[in-house]
Amino acid sequence: MKLVTAIIKPFKLDEVREALSAIGVQGVTVTEVKGFGRQKGHTELYRGAEYVVDFLPKVKIEAAIKSEMLDQVVEAIEKSANTGKIGDGKIFVFELEQVYRIRTGETGADAL
Amino acid sequence: MAQDKAAEAPAATAAAAATAAAAPAATATATPAPTPNKGDTAWMLTSTALVLLMSVPALALFYGGLVRSKNMLSVLMQVFVTFSLITVLWCIYGYSLAFTEGNSIIGGLDRLFLKGTFDAAKGEFSMAATFSKGTPMYEMVFVAFQATFAAITCCLILGSVVERMKFSAVLIFMVIWFTFSYLPLAHMVWFWMGPDAYTDPKLVDELNAKAGMLWQWGALDFAGGTVVHINAGVAGLVGAFVVGKRVGYGKEAMSPHSLTMTMVGAAMLWFGWFGFNAGSALEANGAASLAFMNTFLATACAVLTWIFGEWIFKGKPSMLGAASGAVAGLVAITPAAGNVGIPGAFVIGSLAGLVCLWGVNGLKKMLGADDALDVFGVHALGGILGALLTGIFNNQDLGGPGLVTDWVTVKVGSNPIMDQVLIQAKAVGVTVIWTAVVAYIAFKIADVIVGLRVAEEAEREGLDLNEHGEAAYHM
Repeated sequence: MKLVTAIIKPFKLDEVREALSAIGVQGVTVTEVKGFGRQKGHTELYRGAEYVVDFLPKVKIEAAIKSEMLDQVVEAIEKSANTGKIGDGKIFVFELEQVYRIRTGETGADAL
Repeated sequence: MAQDKAAEAPAATAAAAATAAAAPAATATATPAPTPNKGDTAWMLTSTALVLLMSVPALALFYGGLVRSKNMLSVLMQVFVTFSLITVLWCIYGYSLAFTEGNSIIGGLDRLFLKGTFDAAKGEFSMAATFSKGTPMYEMVFVAFQATFAAITCCLILGSVVERMKFSAVLIFMVIWFTFSYLPLAHMVWFWMGPDAYTDPKLVDELNAKAGMLWQWGALDFAGGTVVHINAGVAGLVGAFVVGKRVGYGKEAMSPHSLTMTMVGAAMLWFGWFGFNAGSALEANGAASLAFMNTFLATACAVLTWIFGEWIFKGKPSMLGAASGAVAGLVAITPAAGNVGIPGAFVIGSLAGLVCLWGVNGLKKMLGADDALDVFGVHALGGILGALLTGIFNNQDLGGPGLVTDWVTVKVGSNPIMDQVLIQAKAVGVTVIWTAVVAYIAFKIADVIVGLRVAEEAEREGLDLNEHGEAAYHM
């Protein structure tokens, strides 16, 4: 099993979610995060105080999937989150050791 | 503004005394003592409530939105409690020391605990003077109205010392500064014997000598450019120096957590300020109408010039700029409100937006203090600008209403502009020095008793949790 973590632009969330649903990914966890890579931040001005803000708002999506689905999932995310501009984000893939469904106690692939 | 001599003269008003002196034989057509006009009373009660609104919640929200969320409640608390504290002190001794006869610096104790304002045995209210002969107002209304001024002046100072000053130190400071700076300045600028005392030219010198020192000099301050704004603004700057900079100032971001709240606060300040300025006419009359219109227009001008200034010099017009511009205009028109005409309002408002924009940028950098919410740059600078320009635009040649040159005949004229500007400058100078000295001492005393600042970890974690055991937001 794999844990796929994607950092994407916030307005792309709905598109990515739909793309994942379409290929059978049934559950995701979404977190609002801040971050930066090569995309520049912005400057805020409050009377005399000028602040350069490097951190940009992003959304992190995490999905636990069967290893066989990895290529499909990565392709789905890449296509739906892409704008072609700097700051589109990254996808990280982690090896997922175990999964448990809390309600039933199922483990492994049955719990995904 | 004045009130009649203490309760020695039972059931007598100054107006009644004047009519009694003029008509020694009571006739069937003798005029009864005038009672307060209902329209005037309604307006003054409303104005008082409007000025209360300016403190709570307007100023509280304006300031609160500008600080970080971990300190929001501490700001609301400092304003709310300072307001209440000063109101109580006002009713115990403040009103008496400010607005009864004493010497040219401070009044007396005739109205301690407001005694004499209401005779319970007879069900009679004492009268205070307005600016018109034979037009008394309920003294109690005047007490209430002025209480809101004293309270908001003290609350203004908080803006300089937020986010690091101890709550106990705030309260101690306020008691001392209110007593030794606000009260004398209110007395010096605003206390006089009232128009009804001026019955005879022979009495004029003697009556003038009983008024406050700056009133005697002829300083014009309609609603408190000196007494409120310069007074508080300078005290704030002193506080910023004495209390010191916030931890991380200059390195860490300290952006406003809710400019939405700040805008709401600024808008309510504008609304309430109509009570502050137009209510200072003490009647629902032409002077109040002029003050109202000037307050409206000058503020709008200042909003525009501030944001256009920002647009040009900083690149973008901002909501904080618009809100700050409004406050700057309101401050500058405060001494001028009933003392200048429409041309004056245009000029004073427009200049205030630009001058105070500089005040919170260039001047602030020059001064080097962490005046957190720019109390000096807006209130002191705006107040000084307004006070000086009042000296210019009061002149009838520039559309101003002029001033009363003879209270016996109520003759209106104009001082030569440079003469009046010089008088204004002297009053400004006295105010600046007086409040700076008192503020310094008051901060130092609070420091000795409880210490001025919270501990560094408490400051990092936030005053809401550490001083008040509360969090404003649970996210």
